[in-house]
Amino acid sequence: MVSEKSHVDSQQEPRQEEPETGLLNMPARRGPRSLPPIPSASRTGFAEFSMRERMREKLQAARSKAESALLQEIPTPRPRRLRSPKERESETEFGTEPGKEVQSIQQKDDAQIYSRVKFREQKIKSKPQAPPGFPSAEEAYNFFTFNFDPEPEESEEKTKMKARDGTSQEEEAGEEEEPPVRGGSKTDEEGLLNGKDAEDFLLGLEHMANDFVAVRPADYESVHVWLQKEKEILFIPSRLTVPTYKKLPENVQPRFLEDEGLYIGARPEVAPTNQNIMENRLLVQEPRNDFGPSARSQGRRWFGDDGRILALPSPIRPFPCRPLLSTREQSTKAELETLYRKAVKYVHSSKHMVGSGDPPGNFQLDIDISGLLFTHHPCFSREHVLAAKLAQLYDQYLARQQRNKAKFLTDKLQALRNAVQASLSPETPQQSLDTNQKTIKEYKYEIRQTRKLRDAEQEKDRNLLKTLIKVWKEMKSLREFQRFTNTPLKLVLRKEKFDQKADEEAYEAEIQAEINELLEEHTEEYEQKMEEYRASYQQWKAWKKAQRAKKRKKKEAAEEHPEEEAEEAPPGEEPVKPVPPEPTDPGELEQKVRERAAHSRRRPGEPLLLPELSLAGSVTPNEQCPRVEVLRREDVRRRCVYLKVLFNNKEVSRTVSRQLGADFRVHFGQIFNLQIFNWPESLTLQVYETIGHSSTTLLAEVFLPIPETTVVTGRAPIEEVEFSSNQHVTLDHEGVGSGVPFSFEADGSNQLTLMTSGKVSHSVAWAVGENGIPLIPPLSQQNIGFRSALKRADAISSIGTSGLTDMKKLAKWAAESKLDPNDPNNAPLMQLISVATSGESYVPDFFRLEQLQQEFNFVSDEELNRSKRFRLLCLRSQEVPEFRNYKQIPVYDREIMEKIFQEYEKRLRDRNVIETKDHIDTHRAIVAKYLQQVRDSVINRFLVAKHHFLLTDLVVEEEVPNISSEGSGILGLSLFKLAEQKRPLRPRRKGRKKVTAQNLSDGDIKLLVNIVRAYDIPVRKPPASKFQPPSRSARAFSEKHVASPSTHSPAHSPDYALGQVLVRPFVEVSFQRTICHTTTAEGPNPSWNEELELPFRAPNGDYSTASLQSVKDDVFINIFDEVLYDVSEDDRERGSGIHTRIERHWLGCVKIPFSTIYFQARIDGTFKIDIPPVLLGYSKERNMILERGFDSVRSLSEGSYITLFITIEPQLVPGESVREKFESQEDEKLLQATEKFQAECALKFPNRQCLTTVIDISGKTVFVTRYLKPLNPPKELLNAYPSNPQATAELVARYVSLIPFLPDTVSFASICDLWSTSDQFLDLLAGDEEEHAVLLCNYFLFLGKKAWLVMGNAIPEGPTAYVLTWEQNHYLIWNPCSGHFYGQFDTFCPLKSVGCLIGPDNIWFNIQQYDSPLRINFDVTKPKLWKSFFSRSLPYPGLSSVQPEELIYQRTDKAAAAELQDRIEKILKEKIMDWRPRHLTRWNRYCTSTLRHFLPLLERSQGEDVEDDHRAELLKQLGDYRFSGFPLHMPYSEVKPLIEAVYSTGVHNIDVPNVEFALAVYIHPYPKNVLSVWIYVASLIRNR
Amino acid sequence: MAAASPSVFLLMVNGQVESAQFPEYDDLYCKYCFVYGQDWAPTAGLEEGISQITSKSQDVRRVLVWNFPIDVTFKSTNPYGWPQIVLSVYGPDVFGNDVVRGYGAVHVPFSPGRHKRTIPMFVPESTSKLQKFTSWFMGRRPEYTDPKVVAQGEGREVTRVRSQGFVTLLFNVVTKDMRKLGYDTGPVDTQGPSLP
Repeated sequence: MVSEKSHVDSQQEPRQEEPETGLLNMPARRGPRSLPPIPSASRTGFAEFSMRERMREKLQAARSKAESALLQEIPTPRPRRLRSPKERESETEFGTEPGKEVQSIQQKDDAQIYSRVKFREQKIKSKPQAPPGFPSAEEAYNFFTFNFDPEPEESEEKTKMKARDGTSQEEEAGEEEEPPVRGGSKTDEEGLLNGKDAEDFLLGLEHMANDFVAVRPADYESVHVWLQKEKEILFIPSRLTVPTYKKLPENVQPRFLEDEGLYIGARPEVAPTNQNIMENRLLVQEPRNDFGPSARSQGRRWFGDDGRILALPSPIRPFPCRPLLSTREQSTKAELETLYRKAVKYVHSSKHMVGSGDPPGNFQLDIDISGLLFTHHPCFSREHVLAAKLAQLYDQYLARQQRNKAKFLTDKLQALRNAVQASLSPETPQQSLDTNQKTIKEYKYEIRQTRKLRDAEQEKDRNLLKTLIKVWKEMKSLREFQRFTNTPLKLVLRKEKFDQKADEEAYEAEIQAEINELLEEHTEEYEQKMEEYRASYQQWKAWKKAQRAKKRKKKEAAEEHPEEEAEEAPPGEEPVKPVPPEPTDPGELEQKVRERAAHSRRRPGEPLLLPELSLAGSVTPNEQCPRVEVLRREDVRRRCVYLKVLFNNKEVSRTVSRQLGADFRVHFGQIFNLQIFNWPESLTLQVYETIGHSSTTLLAEVFLPIPETTVVTGRAPIEEVEFSSNQHVTLDHEGVGSGVPFSFEADGSNQLTLMTSGKVSHSVAWAVGENGIPLIPPLSQQNIGFRSALKRADAISSIGTSGLTDMKKLAKWAAESKLDPNDPNNAPLMQLISVATSGESYVPDFFRLEQLQQEFNFVSDEELNRSKRFRLLCLRSQEVPEFRNYKQIPVYDREIMEKIFQEYEKRLRDRNVIETKDHIDTHRAIVAKYLQQVRDSVINRFLVAKHHFLLTDLVVEEEVPNISSEGSGILGLSLFKLAEQKRPLRPRRKGRKKVTAQNLSDGDIKLLVNIVRAYDIPVRKPPASKFQPPSRSARAFSEKHVASPSTHSPAHSPDYALGQVLVRPFVEVSFQRTICHTTTAEGPNPSWNEELELPFRAPNGDYSTASLQSVKDDVFINIFDEVLYDVSEDDRERGSGIHTRIERHWLGCVKIPFSTIYFQARIDGTFKIDIPPVLLGYSKERNMILERGFDSVRSLSEGSYITLFITIEPQLVPGESVREKFESQEDEKLLQATEKFQAECALKFPNRQCLTTVIDISGKTVFVTRYLKPLNPPKELLNAYPSNPQATAELVARYVSLIPFLPDTVSFASICDLWSTSDQFLDLLAGDEEEHAVLLCNYFLFLGKKAWLVMGNAIPEGPTAYVLTWEQNHYLIWNPCSGHFYGQFDTFCPLKSVGCLIGPDNIWFNIQQYDSPLRINFDVTKPKLWKSFFSRSLPYPGLSSVQPEELIYQRTDKAAAAELQDRIEKILKEKIMDWRPRHLTRWNRYCTSTLRHFLPLLERSQGEDVEDDHRAELLKQLGDYRFSGFPLHMPYSEVKPLIEAVYSTGVHNIDVPNVEFALAVYIHPYPKNVLSVWIYVASLIRNR
Repeated sequence: MAAASPSVFLLMVNGQVESAQFPEYDDLYCKYCFVYGQDWAPTAGLEEGISQITSKSQDVRRVLVWNFPIDVTFKSTNPYGWPQIVLSVYGPDVFGNDVVRGYGAVHVPFSPGRHKRTIPMFVPESTSKLQKFTSWFMGRRPEYTDPKVVAQGEGREVTRVRSQGFVTLLFNVVTKDMRKLGYDTGPVDTQGPSLP
């Protein structure tokens, strides 16, 4: 089968090479298939061939004729078209169709050839009929010109062929007639169909017919046969472990590199079965494929020295790395999209990058390869082997000679002997016997050692010389034997003669000395041994004795128990009887010494042999050599050697290929300049050998060391590196081969196996640049490597970061953890350790606390501090008030203005400097400063507390449900709530959601002011009334008066000309200089019911709770009267047009601090309007005077009222009081009692204020009663009305109210009620209700009244403190801030509820049903109504007061007050002018002075009962002016509130062209710098 | 604004609150808001938003998909106080009360590009078992006074929380002038993965 196949092959091949025979291929191609397989090739083969040849020729001739024209037209498509099917065909025939089929066909044919012939006959007969009408000219020609053979079968064959050819030809022709437009593929298909497929089809028919003819049983091949066949074809590698010897070269023991301490990387995990299969396959298959001489070794090259399959270190990462999953499903479209990627600079394996940041370094490594020398080569002849050996020995000899160790040792020996001699001699000064003895002993020991060494060296020298000579002799004999010389080597032995006598003497002396020494030694030893012997002998003796005694005993025992004796026989542990040591025989010793000397030393008189190796010998020329040698030499000449230079395992260059010289030396002399980029990891030379033109084999690899950085070109010495290869070469000439045993002996004994080996002489050095700088990668590079190595080695985790600085620790760690020094991963670490331990690195002797801090310092500290931005950031982070809310700190220093800091710096600087600019009066300035300091300290105190959070600050949570409690039965209530509808039909009002003031910004917060109505607004007075004395008891004006004003007043009065009502009031609300006003209503009891909306801006845009609490702005609610004046100049125009001017006259105001609104959340109620005592042009409608029990005169204080509703939208959550528990000096029992008391009170009436302890100004908890104590008011006040206690009380109240009001929340930014004592209060001259109330209460106590502090709720203040006094038969409630007092049943009393009363010695909590002062009983003696703190169970312990014994009042400096008065007047005048920028402001001096005279009068009368007199006087003086103005009265604290108050009246808003102004200020000084300020503002319009 | 020396840098964030996984709850909606430092100011877009109510998907993943867009631009002078998005998820409990289902916060990614963040959500725990019961019963679970506290560290030590689920966010971050101001937050992959 195979032969046939090859036959077909050979048949086919030449044809394939002829492209022009494409057409003819077809019949030929059919050959093997269509032709019946030939039973015997010799029978018909030739005949058929010849016939076919002939046919072909004829066909060709005919066809060429027909086609020549066509071919010219279409030359190209045809060969292509026709050839390709053929190729395909051939593929199917020989590639895919298995030989089996052919085989079976053959079998069949053998059997059934006859029937087939028959069948063909039939076919032939039918065939010509098939294409009857298409014979072409050629066909016809062929048909008729052919010579038919007589044999029927062949003729049949031939006709068939011919017919077929004809058809195909025909088809071809037909095809060719068609225009050649078709695609190539199509024609291919066609061709295929034409040719092969049609044929197949026919053949298929043939087979079918065949099958029909002969029916046979199905072929069956037994399983065994199949298996047999499969065995031939298939190879199944065994799974069994391959024995190691198979994998290794013969006679080689496996070598385990790990055991030798070399680094072996971890091998990848492979199942052992897989590995076994692989090994088996390699071992079996490799040699089969290769039939070369080194086939066996080819298979083995897959195995390492340890007999295991070669494997790289495991490529598996030590840690899992999950590839990033694409997050979205990628559509195919998306995948097809083109992505632009910027070219990224290729980063080399970062580990060994040279200066990754630097431009690619110009580093250069010069590798000088000077030559190569083989110490063994397969082409070595035997002589060469010897020569190499000789050369090697000679080299060795030379090296030894150079070192001359024997001589050195001899000298040393001599010196030692001398030393011993010297120390033994008595002349030498003996230091001590002991040390001397000791040194002698040491010397002797050393002598012994040295002698041994010397002997060994001498013996070696001698042996070497002997071998040298022996080899030389062998070589000589070999040369003689083979009758030619191959090597020029020649050994010459030079003899050096000595004086025999001297030599002998020296020799003898030496021997004698040695013998002496030995003797000494031996005797020493002997003595020692004797000692030992004696000791052991004694022991033995003792033992013997004991034994004997035992035996005796035993014998006695044995007599009784004879059978036991045998058992108890001692088991042979008896010590051997020591043998006494024999003393050494000096003669024997001498003989020994002499023997050894003879062996190892030059005999005396023997000449010293000095070998010299020269290359002087001649080599026998080729002609005289035998054939094998010539062959060898030729072989040598054919061999070339070159070297490849590999840098980091990449080939970078190679040397030229040089012929191997006859002496097996190759000279290269090439220098390679490697421009390197990566840090060199390895430098390798590969030795390649080429034989003739054939293959190149890798002989060996030579690893060159990377040069030290100090080695630069020019200084590098030439070094030799040995290499060897384990290749096995057998040669058929004189060459001894390599790895093959050979022998020098004729009988083949003493075999020798040599491997190819040699030396490469080279030098590697760093190049030097143009300017003399060595082109060496920077050392820092290696440090980087070191760092990365650290990461891997994980040194940090084991010894900590600090260990890295401690090199010793690091080295210790490396030693302890058995770090493999050969592991390349550890190399940098090892290098570092070696450097460190060698002491080159500097170890600091100090300890650095933050050793990495230096790394983070990018600028120096000074520079950092100079940075304005950094400073700003720091200050903001410290929450310095000026910068706490600084937004968007600029990026650059230059954008930060210096003035930002100026204010802050000024504040810091002025902390202790008292400044009077703002405060005018020095005392106030000092006070203000003091207050500021207290404030700062308190703020600092609470800043920490602010950052402490409770759960309730962060999490809103339902409280613990409490079913039992009736007050807050949350669970019960909420259970009930669950049942209620989600959207009830009648919705109830729900509380607004509170907003924490956190994320608010400007414009988010609005102040809503709902002005409902007002009562008893003053009404205008007609000017006519100026001559009438005002009636007191009745309403001055009635509706009637107003309705018919013309009856009263002259027509020229503008008031009445327009027929106005009594008053047309409107309300203006101003807050933070934003002004809103209502519409104008009419009458003294107007109703507006309007909502005004005012925006709120927090200071500095800081909407934090703390900031909002400290907003000092007030809401001014001013009531004005709108007055219309007719300004028509001409009465004639009155009919056609109205010209009026609107004027507004201030009537009064209500001032509510923002902080009150903020804390109350809403303010709802009726407030008394603060109306100036004198309101020119207006008068009050008098109510019927209600006697309220105190004084009928007081009825005038009954003022006007306004109903308001004020709130903030959205509702802000006020800050909560500080939860800090303050230290206290109170008794612990008292404190517990207060807590208990408060808890009890809170349980019963949670809404009622109960106060037991307060915090004093130093932050300590103080029991509240300690504040109450009689204190003396100023003397002046007491002396004012000595006979009228009521007046005195009022005066005192007035004095107290003149102390400015300043809420604690404003002064002490967070919520905390600080109570200052009265003297502190008077020093500060500022305080809130409590301080005022305490002071007032104390004064009243001094005055002998019964007085209490009332804690309760009032409007608008909210929780506040009032003072309650007991007069003869009734209670009075005093408002300490305004100085007003109210009867208990006064409906307009601002105090709305009473929580508790505090006296100097007790606290009473209100446990009555109601808390309104109107409805409660103030009799504290009734325990059912008042729960007292101190009772019988807890008696009053007599607490001392915190108040001073006495208050000391300084008289206020009148001059200073006068000065202040002038200054304030001046400032206010300027301000008014400022507020009128578009108008001329004229000051009426005359009026001003009049007013100035009038103001002290007002002060004296406390603003009462002066109006009418004053008006009369004014009118007298300013008769022809229309006058509107009013005095303002205020306590003095600063200038700013005065200005605000004046501004809010809107006096300056008059824009009548001829208006004039008058302003007067009066300050009345009270003791202790309490100042009462009166400001009289007026506008005057001249009447015409 | 001179292009050469900008005084602020811009951070443009858009993206969406994609989906959530709350294994036990359904019909949830979420609110988002941004928390940022003093040097930051929003210049465009919405700082906070509230999403539609979504139901669980019917497939096995059972995710709650909102796909609620976020689009906001900040300007700043200082990376300190880099914006964080705070999410709070709400949904009805068994009685139909709206209760909080989770709070979570994450910083807006620093580097420009597309980022996906999955943030764990948690709710504060009741202080006692009884309160837990009553809060469950009455539908008034403990809530943070302000969802923004989850973006800050201060005061968190007083709270105890329980994890609830996850919300997946997608950010597309664009920055402008950051490099000019000296802040390099460029994508890490230009350097190649920094493997040990």
